[in-house]
Amino acid sequence: MRVGDVTGNDVLVRVEGLHKRFGRLEVLRGVDMALHQGEVVVIFGRSGSGKSTLLRCVNFLEDPTEGTVEVAGYRLGGGHRTRRKREQIRRLRLHVGMVFQQFNLFPQLTALDNVMCGPMCLPGAEDKDVRRRALGLLDRVGLADKADEHPIRLSGGQQQRVAIARALAMQPEVMLFDEPTSALDPELTGEVLAVMKSLATEMHMPMLVVTHEMGFAREVADRMVFFHEGVILEEGPPQQVFGATRHPETRTFLDAVL
Amino acid sequence: MSEPALSRGERLALASARVPFGVKTGLVWVGVFVALGLLFFLARFDNAWILDNVGYIAGGLQFTLFIALGGIVLAVLLATLGALARLSANPVAYGVAGFYVSFFRGTPLIVQMFLLYLALPQIRTNLVDRYPGIPAELTDPLLLTATAAGTIALGLNYGAYMTEIFRAGIQSVAAGQGEAADALGMTYLQKMRKVILPQAMRVIIPPTGNEFIAMMKDTALVSFLGVSVFTAEMFRRSQLVGKADFKNLEAYVVVAGLYWALTVVFTFFQARLERRLASGYVRVPTAVGRTRGGAGV
Ligand SMILES: Nc1ncnc2c1ncn2[C@@H]1O[C@H](COP(=O)(O)OP(=O)(O)O)[C@@H](O)[C@H]1O
Ligand SMILES: [Mg+2]
Repeated sequence: MRVGDVTGNDVLVRVEGLHKRFGRLEVLRGVDMALHQGEVVVIFGRSGSGKSTLLRCVNFLEDPTEGTVEVAGYRLGGGHRTRRKREQIRRLRLHVGMVFQQFNLFPQLTALDNVMCGPMCLPGAEDKDVRRRALGLLDRVGLADKADEHPIRLSGGQQQRVAIARALAMQPEVMLFDEPTSALDPELTGEVLAVMKSLATEMHMPMLVVTHEMGFAREVADRMVFFHEGVILEEGPPQQVFGATRHPETRTFLDAVL
Repeated sequence: MSEPALSRGERLALASARVPFGVKTGLVWVGVFVALGLLFFLARFDNAWILDNVGYIAGGLQFTLFIALGGIVLAVLLATLGALARLSANPVAYGVAGFYVSFFRGTPLIVQMFLLYLALPQIRTNLVDRYPGIPAELTDPLLLTATAAGTIALGLNYGAYMTEIFRAGIQSVAAGQGEAADALGMTYLQKMRKVILPQAMRVIIPPTGNEFIAMMKDTALVSFLGVSVFTAEMFRRSQLVGKADFKNLEAYVVVAGLYWALTVVFTFFQARLERRLASGYVRVPTAVGRTRGGAGV
């Protein structure tokens, strides 16, 4: 259901009482969080702590076992996907851009077609307009000259930037990044992080970013969230998380990655 | 010190090693043709009769191709639907597709042809006897011409086999591809049409080409339904003229040659298509391949 202004103010994503079980394994064990207009939240934590699962629940690539997700006024829970529910999920996704660790570009399409194919699926899409905007986005991520290349002929960093442009082409209200630089060679992470930073600082795009790039977090994040065994163990602004860590688990983890 | 003298056999082996493999196999092919030619010559192969009749037999080519094309189009449609149904959580779709695949793979093609050609009309006759009120538009489609029954049977039969090919092809597409399409808010049909099926095609097309080539040969079975002389495909025509003139050798050699030429030509096109489909998966652009704009397939 579209609840609009009821919970209103400036919350773009609200996760309430979120639990996720895979069979007997409880991966999320009661997560509550909110993402506000223009806010960048960095989620970090050990591998297997449930960070990806949380992100995937936000756009229903996974169904929450319990709890609700609210995005851009749509508030949905888990459970059986009726036809109506599927359509609601699809509409919710139109407001959410997602960038994957493995890029997941469509290999049979050129970079430009990758960026165009989302908007071209919308009713009333005009090839000319979509193409112009897609070229603009490729330019924005610094890949105007690669528009006609297939993904296989691009470097990992270039592929991930195309993937960001592809997500932006849907004009989302919020962006989800799931370890966008983890699959990249170290010398290629910078170009992707730079694009993400410009998204945050120039476009004020609200973002949920799972990453272990602590330099990026320190510089760009408004808030950091430490995930541990399916719950949020600690959160706060970067200077507090780095400078005045409250939880020993967080400290141990930060010491390991810094 | 002198080298030990080479035996005759060794000298021959060394000389042979210098001839490229392709040249050798080419020579073997020539040898096979010469031997067959000689055999036919000794068996009084009637070249004049062939010249007189090859035109009539080859005239069946259009019907052979028409039946095969109709059959493969139907088979591809059914296989696409069947595969999506076999991958769906909908019990009706899954069950119907399961029945379809099991039945049409579990019975002989020739039996299926006769079921369509001779059994369906009987259903019609008996229904009309019992319920004279049934409008003719409902029952008339059950009366099929021999060519139509044969084409539909081919499509149903091959579609059942190809359902498994298509299902495997769709499953071969990485899960992340479907998730990326979902995340973009595509509908199920958009996701299938723009993302999953074009990629599955790479896996599906080579075996589908084989199925099409096999189907071109199986069109010969339609002759058993007793097609009229004017719409007969190649095999039926060779039967007719070969029997009439006691020229079975010539007639069947000609028709075998025609089928063979057909499959060789299609194998060539299939190979080109496969290379084209590789675009987007190889780093060096191929001579064909590389399409601009448009969303693939
Ligand atoms: N589809 C799934 N089926 C079963 N277990 C899963 C599935 N997805 C994730 N898991 C498990 O859930 C746990 C958390 O995974 P994930 O959210 O990917 O962690 P993170 O992203 O923090 O590394 C892991 O133990 C993982 O094996
Ligand atoms: Mg993860």
